[in-house]
Parts: sequence; C-alpha cells; structure tokens
Amino acid sequence: MSVSRRTLVLVVGGVLLALVPPVAALTSQPFYLDLVRRMMIFAIAAVSLDLILGYGGMVSFGHAAYLGIGAYAVGIPAFHGVENGMIQWGLAIVASALVALVIGAISLRTSGVAFIMITLAFAQMLYYLGISLETYGGDNGLRLAARSRFGGPIDLRQPAVFYYLVLALLVLLLALGSRLVGSRFGMVIRAARSNEARARAIGFSPFRYKLTAFTIAGAAGGLAGALLANQTEYLTPDFMHWTRSGEIMFMVILGGMGTLFGPVIGAVALLLLEDVLSALTEHWQIILGPILILVVLFAKRGLWGLLVGPEAADG
Amino acid sequence: MAEILLAVRGLSRRFGGLLASDAIDLDVACGETHAIIGPNGAGKTTLIGQLAGDLRPDSGSIRFADQDVTRLDAPLRARRGLARSFQVTSIFRDFTALDNVALAVQAHAGRSFRFWRPARTEPTLREPARAALESVGLGARADVRAASLAHGEQRQLEIAMALATEPRLLLLDEPVAGMGPEESQRMIRFLATLKGRRTIVLVEHDMDAVFTLADRISVMVYGRIIATGAPAEIRGNEDVRRAYLGEDQA
Repeated sequence: MSVSRRTLVLVVGGVLLALVPPVAALTSQPFYLDLVRRMMIFAIAAVSLDLILGYGGMVSFGHAAYLGIGAYAVGIPAFHGVENGMIQWGLAIVASALVALVIGAISLRTSGVAFIMITLAFAQMLYYLGISLETYGGDNGLRLAARSRFGGPIDLRQPAVFYYLVLALLVLLLALGSRLVGSRFGMVIRAARSNEARARAIGFSPFRYKLTAFTIAGAAGGLAGALLANQTEYLTPDFMHWTRSGEIMFMVILGGMGTLFGPVIGAVALLLLEDVLSALTEHWQIILGPILILVVLFAKRGLWGLLVGPEAADG
Repeated sequence: MAEILLAVRGLSRRFGGLLASDAIDLDVACGETHAIIGPNGAGKTTLIGQLAGDLRPDSGSIRFADQDVTRLDAPLRARRGLARSFQVTSIFRDFTALDNVALAVQAHAGRSFRFWRPARTEPTLREPARAALESVGLGARADVRAASLAHGEQRQLEIAMALATEPRLLLLDEPVAGMGPEESQRMIRFLATLKGRRTIVLVEHDMDAVFTLADRISVMVYGRIIATGAPAEIRGNEDVRRAYLGEDQA
C-alpha cells in the first residue's frame, strides 16, 4: 500500500516533535526544547482560531484575548496561593469559553468588517482591563511563583515532562478537531461559511452553530493561555494585545487556513522565522512581511498545501 | 378546488417610494404548478423573498399548510417544508455535489449538534442524497466539486437539494435562467415529471417553460397581481396582453 504524502508529513512531523527533548538533552541545548514547546503552545492557539476562521469563516481578530484569560486564570489563583493545575486550567478553559460565548453572542450578529472590528474591540477592552488590574501587576504583569501543580508524575518543573504534556494536548486537540470538522456540526459551520444564504434556505439557522464553534475555539485558546503562562512563568496584558491576535492569525494564514495541521506548521514557521531573522537584524519584520505576502499570494493552502499537495484540503 | 397549501393575503412591501408588493392575494393549491410571470421590475423577486422568509412584509399574511408563517424566518420555513432555488445559482461551491444534497438532508433530519461521527459516512444522509441526485440526472457527477459542474448541472443540483428534503412546496426562481436551449428543454422536461406530485411556485421569464408547466398562471405588474387563471385564460386576457405578453410577442 502506498503511503500518502499527507500521512508521511504527519508521521515525520510527529516523530520530530517527539524527538526534541532527547536530542536537546544529548546536545545540551535546552533552549530548543523551550522554543519548540512555545511553538506547540502557539500551535494550539492557532488551531483553535482556524476552527472558526478557516472552517467557519469567522474572521476573529481578538483571539489573543483567550490567551490572556487563560494566563490570568493561572496567574491570579497562583498569586492567592492556589497552585492546583486542575483548578487553574479548568478555570482557564471555563472562563475563556464564557467570555467567548458573550463576545460571540454579540459579534456574530454582524459580519464582514464589523465582525472583525467588534472582536478586535473586545480583545482590546480585555487588554486594558488587564492593565488596570493593579493588584496583579497592572501593565507590568505578574510573575508566576510556581508552575501549575498536578499530582503524580506530571511535574511541570521538569522541562521534558511539561514538553510532552503540551505535545499530548496538541495531539488531542488535533484529534478532536479532525472529528469535529467532519461531523454534522462541522459540516454546518463549513456550509455556512461557503454560502450562508443557501445554508439558511435549506433550513439551518447558522447563528447557534457558529456561536458554539466560537465558544469551543475560545475554550481551546484559554487552554493555550494557561500553558503559555506556565511556559514563560510570567504574564502581562501584552498577551492580549491586538498585535498578538494578528500574530496568531498570521500563523493560521501562513500554515494554511481551513486545514487542521496547517496552523501547527504556521506556528512553528512563524516563531522559527522570528527567532532566525531577529538574530540577523533588529528590523526582522521587514523580511518577514514579504514572506507572508508571498505565501498568501502563491500558496493556496499555505505551507501545509506546499508540503502535502492536493490532499491538503482534507485537513 | 383542492386543498390550499399556500394562502397569501394582502401582502405589501414598500422600498422607499416603490410599492414592490401591493396587497397581493395568492392561493396555491396542493399539487398545482403555479407560475408567476410579469415584466422586469414587477416585484416577482420581492414576492418570492417574502414567501421564502428572507424579506419581511410591511403588512399582510402568509399561511402555509394551515399555519401562519408570516413571522417565521427562512430556516424555520425551510424546516416546515418550503424549499427554494435562487435566481442566481446558490450552492456550496467547495463541496461535492453529493455533499451539497446531503447537507440539505441533514438540515431536515435535525440533530446537527453532533460532533463526533463523520457526516460523510452516514447512510441516513448519503442515501437519500444520492437518490435525489439520481432523480435529477446527476448521479454520475456525485463526487464532483459543485464549483466544477457546468452551469446547467449546478441548477439541477439546486433542484436536487430542494427535492431531497421532500418539500411540501417548491419555490423555483427562474430555474432555466442563463441556460442554453438544450439545457433548458431538459430542465423543463424534468420539471414536467414533478407536475402533480409536487406543489410548485414557479417564477419564470421563459414563456415556453411557463405554458408547458403551469396549471395556473398569475400575472404581476407594478407589484400587483392583475390576473390569475389557466394558461388559456391568461393568453386570452386583454389586460395581460396589453401589460405583458404584447410586449414580448408583438
């Protein structure tokens, strides 16, 4: 049986990610473990954005809001001495989902530019809310005294353990996501993206399906935020700044909108470019910009499409 | 007359200074094919929009299957059995033909808050969808992306999407618009096979299609229905000749 290009890319990608901790340990380069873990955390955020952006056609320009909520859901309890990971991460997911539900319920009544602007405005409101939280550091942010604590072998102070936990969560999200986009629910949001008038005419009321998708994406974004706070052991309102939302959106577009694995590649590529280019010059964004433009213009399904070819559309 | 499926009373809709629907009364009986004709700008599309639920009337009422649906939006009316095609082809272009129809089946099956099972392998969605595609003659094109279908095929696909839901009323907005003579003959022949089995409201400019298919015809001019009757009566009606047919057949 011949192996498809898609399967090959996925297997190689998975093996490479799994090999990072031993290789980093052997070569005494812990920095790479840290970098790739950061990439995977952003990959989780980007995949969650792609669920609504790529599959649902909802151009949410405020996805960093959930990163911030997730991070504060770890930081604030920790500040008050609650270091239990189940509580912190559970809070991150639930709070992000609730906020997404509210933002979605309002913004999904609009579309097009208005939708983009409303989601952006909500995220900026939360950003300024973060700045106003003097108790929790205001715009200086908050140092995390300790990473989230879980029982047993899950000790996030061990870099490799934390790494594999992030990898497992990413794989879990991709697995759930691939079921979701092919399910009845997934077909409805994709149909509404493709042609909303037609979706309504055959009897779908797209609003509640879109709102559900928006909420799910917010919850997953909140989880990424909880992970990010643990990654940096520090959190600031900058997690929610609109440029951060733009960065996550770049990851989705660079990797391939409307593909499940594309945003993972997009997150890896963008952070890698950032790392490499910023070492070369302080004005690295001047180089990054044209690269993004070229990808948008010439790669229909982003980097994932370039790697995988015509099968890219299947996720 | 047979049981009335669709009863429109006093339907009015104004756009600024233009009275696009002017106190329209319309009855469509179960099983009939009722054509609505009229010159451009007569308000046919506005009427269809109100029947489908995309446009709210300013006043008047629409009863469908003995229930007042005037305040229901388009998805709710669709789920009660009102299926439509659009004047400009409206399909899910990125999906295959079979996906398109299966989505219509799914919309009527309800229960779309299912997140796990792959919808593309559900026989309860795929089998009726396949049957509907076969019935319009697109069986062999099931796995082709809808965007890649020829224009005529896309129009057939729209009809298949409507039929797959076993609708009680089919609203067809210019089903042969933009088709070549051969394609449109094929479409007319197909629609003729539905006659009697389906209740159809047909808005059409193509007089060939109208006089072949319609049991009754309503003529709209300036937002009003000026005459309703069998094709022979309409042909003989002086007002209609003057207002409409005369222009075409002079």
